[in-house]
Amino acid sequence: MTNHAVLAEQFVADKPRAHWHDQALWFVRAKRDLAAKSLPEWEELREHASNIKAHCVSRLADYLEEFTRNAEKLGAQVHWARDAAEHNQIVLGILQKHRVTKIVKSKSMLTEECHLNPFLERHGMEVIDTDLGERIVQMRREPPSHIVLPAIHIQKEEVGELFHEQLGTDAGATDPQYLVEAARKHLREKFMAAEAGITGVNFAIAETGGFVVCTNEGNCDLGVSLPPLHIACMGIEKLIPRAQDLGVFLRLLARSATGQPITTYSSHFHGPRPGGALHVVLVDNGRTDILRSDDFRRSLNCIRCGACMNTCPVYRRSGGHSYQSTVPGPIGSILSPAKDAAKHDSLPFACSLCGSCTDVCPVKIDLHHQLLTWRGEIAKRGLLPKSKTWGMKAVSFVLQRRRLYEWSGKFARLSLRKLPRWMIYNRFNAWGKQRELPSAPRSSFRDWYRQQPKNGADKKES
Amino acid sequence: MKVGLFVPCYVDQMYPEVGWATLQVLRRCGVDVDYPVAQTCCGQPMANTGCSDQTAPLAKQFVAIFRSYDYIVSPSGSCISMVRNHYGEFFGDSADYQHVRERSYEFCEFLHDVLKINELPGRFPHRVGIHQSCHGLRELRLGSSSELVQPAFSKVQKLLSLLEGIEFTSLQRPDECCGFGGTFAVAEEAVSVMMGDNRVADHEQAGTEVLTGVDMSCLMHLEGLLRRKRSPMRVLHVAQILACDDGKTIFQ
Repeated sequence: MTNHAVLAEQFVADKPRAHWHDQALWFVRAKRDLAAKSLPEWEELREHASNIKAHCVSRLADYLEEFTRNAEKLGAQVHWARDAAEHNQIVLGILQKHRVTKIVKSKSMLTEECHLNPFLERHGMEVIDTDLGERIVQMRREPPSHIVLPAIHIQKEEVGELFHEQLGTDAGATDPQYLVEAARKHLREKFMAAEAGITGVNFAIAETGGFVVCTNEGNCDLGVSLPPLHIACMGIEKLIPRAQDLGVFLRLLARSATGQPITTYSSHFHGPRPGGALHVVLVDNGRTDILRSDDFRRSLNCIRCGACMNTCPVYRRSGGHSYQSTVPGPIGSILSPAKDAAKHDSLPFACSLCGSCTDVCPVKIDLHHQLLTWRGEIAKRGLLPKSKTWGMKAVSFVLQRRRLYEWSGKFARLSLRKLPRWMIYNRFNAWGKQRELPSAPRSSFRDWYRQQPKNGADKKES
Repeated sequence: MKVGLFVPCYVDQMYPEVGWATLQVLRRCGVDVDYPVAQTCCGQPMANTGCSDQTAPLAKQFVAIFRSYDYIVSPSGSCISMVRNHYGEFFGDSADYQHVRERSYEFCEFLHDVLKINELPGRFPHRVGIHQSCHGLRELRLGSSSELVQPAFSKVQKLLSLLEGIEFTSLQRPDECCGFGGTFAVAEEAVSVMMGDNRVADHEQAGTEVLTGVDMSCLMHLEGLLRRKRSPMRVLHVAQILACDDGKTIFQ
């Protein structure tokens, strides 16, 4: 995998665009702040949500079985998938059994994680993403760059061009209203022709066997109300114990995600509709590995609101694609290395450890501490670049030896003062590419301190 | 009360005037301060790179040097956070470490929480922009962070307000990271610089004359950007402002 820094540098190279991207996401962050501050009990809600998730995860197997029993009582069929391949195979099997080839899908990061679309397409199926942003990235044949705002990296002029090419809208059209209407017409045709609807799951409730899908466009409801077959795919961490817990999460989710009090649609499903069939696919795909880890367990609290992305100063300036994983940003930089540390070894370092993600997270995941812990894991597994390993060994060696440290400091200061500029500012000096180094003083603090009379009396003071 | 002053390695070498200002302010407050010269570094650069084995000896060295003091004070939120929040794995239940952990304070935090000073002589008639360094803010809670729903407060601003004539600028993004982030500053140079440029621009639009903060590392990054573009904005550590003397004459 390309190092995050390389792709981030390419993103930043287009300054106006990077600036626009940063502003667009900061706008969402600011809306989130207003929404959070409208609830005086916000911090209590976060604490409560975090506790519910921690409890649920501690008894996950029991709650999953309870959910399965109750969902089956309601007439749903529940499937268990160990990994992405099993998940895809199960979904394909259901579709084939129903002799279905035309599918509409509402937004589901899990199916993105499992790469379900290309898999089904290889088996001759047509899968249409019906969330507008997801449809746009699907038409562009690229992955979403954000888990809530999948097309946040695309400007309206580009959408105009894309729709002109693929949907026949007027050339040069950029009016959002016009473009949305064109998309709506296009999607209505797909909804009408669909033979099955696939959705994700935001919350599944063990106590009732029901589940909730949150959308802003109503595309989930349309997608599963017209065709007779509904397949809902969920990661096993999406479970909550009781129906009464739902209110806590629904209040946090949309406020954190977009600053709305609640998503436009919170669709509740309790069994199949009359004459229809409902399948729920429970997917592990690495989640129980995370569950086993004391360091990273809390990352399973995640409700996929995207607030950590919106607030992350690095994400906002490097774009979702620079992370090269289904879930980008701070939470993605924890989940992705858990899957494959060697492949995603640069992600825990795509972070200035500012901690904004931890404070914004509605379920209190200690994101920046987990990112720091991942750095240690990466070092332990021997995945750090040699330059870093040896660099840190050398620095530590010097810092453990006071006289060597003092001598090195003196030498460095002298060099900075005496060397010609070209010897200091060159291609080996990443710091100095766009920044000055500090001007080196003649003496260090300790040099000065040592010259003071003993017993702390300070000449300068008197 | 015997206070051990910890001056971070890069401050010792590159910004001695900040160590000096810290010492002056503490002494003016009547504190008995000692600077143990055996000290070097808290180990944060190694820790933030994931190199535990290289951090451990420095953590042990730090605790051995400072365990005999009543308080440990440092003009750095980041280094104090390192000691307080990230040394645990090297010590377990060690009583020495517990003592050092509980008694380590960032400079402003010490003035505000321990000495509880509410007057400080001095005039600083300038428009000051406070850079809220992340570790001071979100690890030590020196102020309210914009993400949390809580009453607004800032220990740093409260202290600076004691000076006569001082004014504060207000920013569009009051606590966004400057992009220093240790090795991040070079490993992710492009993003780091853009973050820093954005902070600088925010201070420029706010009319900041003097940019200050509790961590010289963030300020070194921002100053590096300001100096490259020959900006008239001055950068001073908060201790230098509280001392009302940048101390540069002594060291240059």
